[in-house]
Amino acid sequence: MTIKSVFAGFGGQGVLMMGYMLALTAMRQGKNVTYLPSYGAEVRGGTANCTVVVSDDEIASPVASSPDIAVVMNNPSLLKYANLVRPGGIMLVNSTLVGSVVNRQDLNVVKVPATDLAHELGEDRSANVVMMGAFAQATGVLSLEAFSEALAETNLGKKPKVLELNRHALQVGADSARQALEAARSAASK
Amino acid sequence: MARQLMRGNHALGEAAVRAGCRYYFGYPITPQNEVPEYMSGRLLEVGGTFVQAESELASINMVIGASMAGGRVMTSSSSPGISLKQEGISYLAGLELPAVIVNMTRGGPGLGNIAPAQSDYFQATRGGGHGDYRCIVLAPASCQELCDLTIKAFDLADKYRNPVMILGDGMIGQMMEPVEFPEMTDLASLPAKDWTLTGAAGRPQRTILSLLLDPKVLENHNYKLVRKYDAVTLAETDWDTYLCEDARLVIVAFGTSARIAKGAIKRVREMGLKVGLFRPKSLWPFPTKPLEELSRVVRHLLVFEMNSGQMVEDVRLAVNGQAQVHFYGRPGGVVPTPEEIAHQISHYYYGAHLNEDGPSRARLVGGLS
Amino acid sequence: MKQVFKTPQSLKPAIFHYCPGCGHSIIHRLVAEAIDELGIRERCIGVPPAGCAVLAYNYFDVDMGEAPHGRALAVATGIKRVLPDRVVFTYQGDGDIAAIGTAETIHAANRGEKITAIFVNNATYGMTGGQMAPTTLVGMGSTTTPKGRVAARDGAPLDLTQMLAVAKGSVYLERVTVNSPQAIKKAGKAIKKAFQVQLDGLGFALVEVLSPCPTNWKMSPVDSFKWIDSTMAQVFPLGVIKDETGYQEAKGGGE
Repeated sequence: MTIKSVFAGFGGQGVLMMGYMLALTAMRQGKNVTYLPSYGAEVRGGTANCTVVVSDDEIASPVASSPDIAVVMNNPSLLKYANLVRPGGIMLVNSTLVGSVVNRQDLNVVKVPATDLAHELGEDRSANVVMMGAFAQATGVLSLEAFSEALAETNLGKKPKVLELNRHALQVGADSARQALEAARSAASK
Repeated sequence: MARQLMRGNHALGEAAVRAGCRYYFGYPITPQNEVPEYMSGRLLEVGGTFVQAESELASINMVIGASMAGGRVMTSSSSPGISLKQEGISYLAGLELPAVIVNMTRGGPGLGNIAPAQSDYFQATRGGGHGDYRCIVLAPASCQELCDLTIKAFDLADKYRNPVMILGDGMIGQMMEPVEFPEMTDLASLPAKDWTLTGAAGRPQRTILSLLLDPKVLENHNYKLVRKYDAVTLAETDWDTYLCEDARLVIVAFGTSARIAKGAIKRVREMGLKVGLFRPKSLWPFPTKPLEELSRVVRHLLVFEMNSGQMVEDVRLAVNGQAQVHFYGRPGGVVPTPEEIAHQISHYYYGAHLNEDGPSRARLVGGLS
Repeated sequence: MKQVFKTPQSLKPAIFHYCPGCGHSIIHRLVAEAIDELGIRERCIGVPPAGCAVLAYNYFDVDMGEAPHGRALAVATGIKRVLPDRVVFTYQGDGDIAAIGTAETIHAANRGEKITAIFVNNATYGMTGGQMAPTTLVGMGSTTTPKGRVAARDGAPLDLTQMLAVAKGSVYLERVTVNSPQAIKKAGKAIKKAFQVQLDGLGFALVEVLSPCPTNWKMSPVDSFKWIDSTMAQVFPLGVIKDETGYQEAKGGGE
């Protein structure tokens, strides 16, 4: 199985860190993985994105022209990726900052107010970690526990207190995504 | 050692340090800026020397000096910067100095763009600068291979006293993949160099020069280089094959293109198409002989490059009319998807009736006797 | 019998190929004498230029490494960074150091590379046949300024050594000439001092030598010696341009 994910948002939202977390966690789980960030002039305008491919097989291309999953942290990113995600794919949306609506019926859109949740946690910068918790819950690519363990190897886990906060943020994100999915399911069954 | 998730440009730097490189001279240019950034810090840790030069010209000439003095030395750049370094690369070849030069190729010509490209194949494999010479050119297709080939590059450079180029691209440089590094090379274990400039203490004066005004003397020097290049060709030609055993069509691709092609081949194999991959790992020396041998059996080759057709010329020279050589390329920094290449493969495959066993067989039955 | 004159140890017993009256032979000897007097021959590495002195490795009995045209100071930087305890010098002409190699020169000086540069200024491209140099004087003829250099068209002569004075890494810059016994003696002192600066690890040192080129100036050797004083030194004044060595006069000065 090969899953291609893109992460996009403003510079400073920790978008590249999200991709790195996925790539690192996947590597620790024995998966093949590639991580490709946007670079150079592309990132000078204040937007950032990266592509992570996780696979059980050898990875041919680290580029995703039609990703399976898009994680969008701001409105411009939604507009950029809404039409690129493959039919049947997943779109994870930071609903605090994204106002636009995805007009596609063939996508699973999961809305998580990551920026608000991070604020409630008392650490605005942890919105990206909240979103990774939601990613684990909504996509099942890797388990929440795997992410939680891998956190310790990143800059987000260097200090025990910060690590604790970020592990909590992962959980908060996962809970939020579960609620969003359940709400969507019950809405569909009505 | 455990695998580390590392960006190609960083993996390159770490591999160089582990290979014993203690001197780096460079100049920033995207998409290889992480190499000088990494080396500036890492060389401090291991007691090496990093100089950010005023230009690519200056940096390659510092490489010349450091190599003359016996250091394991590297410089890196990307396409426009490599053009500037060509003067020094010609001198390195003429002076027979070992050095490792890295090109994380970007789109060209001119300023072009900073996207991954393979459009410097001609420049790399034909020498690039003036005069009758060759660089050994290695083309990695993953971060791990970038690490392995970088270490090999330093050994080859010293062994043959010749510049060695790592020909990557923006993707190899920017991408992160798990990499496993070997232990640090013990500098004392490296073969001693008996030709370096260290001061004429207790021995006659030494000169390292390429100015040989007498045509007969220069001719002899050139023939000496030719003999060296012949030895390199015999011993160091490197390539990979994948699913060529029953292939009716073989894709020829290097570096990033090769890994994309491999993905495409997996797709078309699922559809029953008998397609394989031939991947040159050393672009110079080019694997002419193995490709020639392959073309006696497989009569259809599809060359895929991220340029408008460069390595395809070497492929045509190698097969010398024995096989149909078809080309597909995307220049300008466009990275095609495996799907796109799979489409090209199947289009060609059926167009050439390779799915049928006709009188003009796609594959010599039974192979060579 | 007392020997009063001999070939310096740092020069090979070879006959110079330079034209009669050329300054290179004298300057080679001064460099060799400085190396001998400082006792550094066995740890000296020289980098010759492209130009008339490209064959300098035929004369200096020290290790020599070739550099592309203009890049001597970059090559020397590479050598010195690998072998910081060796003494590295470049020997460059005006075209080499002040035209094609301007960037390499300025930045080597600015980094304060512990290298000694000998800059031979003869206001012409000698080896290629007398084309305009960056230091060719206004009005002076050359094979590419047949009616004389015109500042408005060709630019005025470039005073590279003066330019280097503003670089923080340059420690000692002096302009000398070799057109008389006194001048030669003074030039020898300056060259020796420029090596001493390197031995003391102070930074970048350069000696510019106004050097006669009778062949391309189309003058007799004697006239070309006179012309240096009467004309060339008016544009490129002799003397110390920068000295931050802190040396008392005696040090580095030899006798």
